[in-house]
Amino acid sequence: MSAVWLIVLVVGVATVVFKATGPVLLGGRELPDRVASVVALLAPVLLAALVVTQTVGGDNELVLDSRLAGVGAGVAAIAARAPLPVVVIVAAAATALVRALV
Amino acid sequence: MSSVASASSSRYRDGVRAALAVAATVWFFGASYGLTARSAGMGAVAPLVMSATTFAGSAQFAVTSILGASGGTAAAIAAAVLLNARYAPISISVAQLFQGPRLRRLLESQLIVDESWALSSRGDGRFDRRILLGAGLLLYVSWVGGTAVGVLAGDALGDPRDIGLDGAFPALFLALLVPQLRSPRARAAAVLGGAIALVLIPVTPPGTPIVAASAACLLGLRRRP
Repeated sequence: MSAVWLIVLVVGVATVVFKATGPVLLGGRELPDRVASVVALLAPVLLAALVVTQTVGGDNELVLDSRLAGVGAGVAAIAARAPLPVVVIVAAAATALVRALV
Repeated sequence: MSSVASASSSRYRDGVRAALAVAATVWFFGASYGLTARSAGMGAVAPLVMSATTFAGSAQFAVTSILGASGGTAAAIAAAVLLNARYAPISISVAQLFQGPRLRRLLESQLIVDESWALSSRGDGRFDRRILLGAGLLLYVSWVGGTAVGVLAGDALGDPRDIGLDGAFPALFLALLVPQLRSPRARAAAVLGGAIALVLIPVTPPGTPIVAASAACLLGLRRRP
């Protein structure tokens, strides 16, 4: 098997297993209270971590670039109670604008 | 009661519209992935198979950039597996939406991807199954379809970064984070999770910061005041 296909196979199997972890092992089951209150915090915690890594994440370094402008414009759109698609478009436009200018 | 129902159905419509905007963005990144994977020497078929089975952009891009820089097979696998390890906690957070036979849960769970998961979150720690699976399917088709176009005709398309699409994802996640922050405990956990990720970005391999940040959920073990 070539190296490329080995990567496709191993990463594919690992990802399928990761994505299936919750639904296959816990699916349709009521969680004990203490576990449920930990799991309930996964959404805010992982979303916050995604915001951070996608805004300033680089290859083993913090990168401050025009994505910051996009997130800043997104914050303004969120504060103005814009619907989600508008937030996405405003953020992309601001990122592109700053990238073109700087 | 009717106002609750209409708030939930308007949130659902908002979710569907947002999924369309995100799907267009994901399509572009899929095309960009197909192009870069092909130029990194992965051929035409392997990137398509990878998009169809792995269905996770950041890990797939990591593999192409490591292969493109003549990095080793083991390094590419390690990076991608680490990047996708976040799907273990993510899938646990939505486990309750999945019922029925094990095989069906396994197949449906493959539609979990950062964006479908985030769009389906209702802001009170609960998730909407219709949005998770609906957006997941739409994004799956966009990602695989984009990859196919990128592999075959990627040169004709520009870099998605030129139109700022890389700045759209963090703003989307932020917009979906805000409604989650109603309780002091959720705010504390989000700040802690974000701080863990920020501190670890420069000192750990990509992927680790998000997985480590999930430790902030342990704040849920504290007794409510």
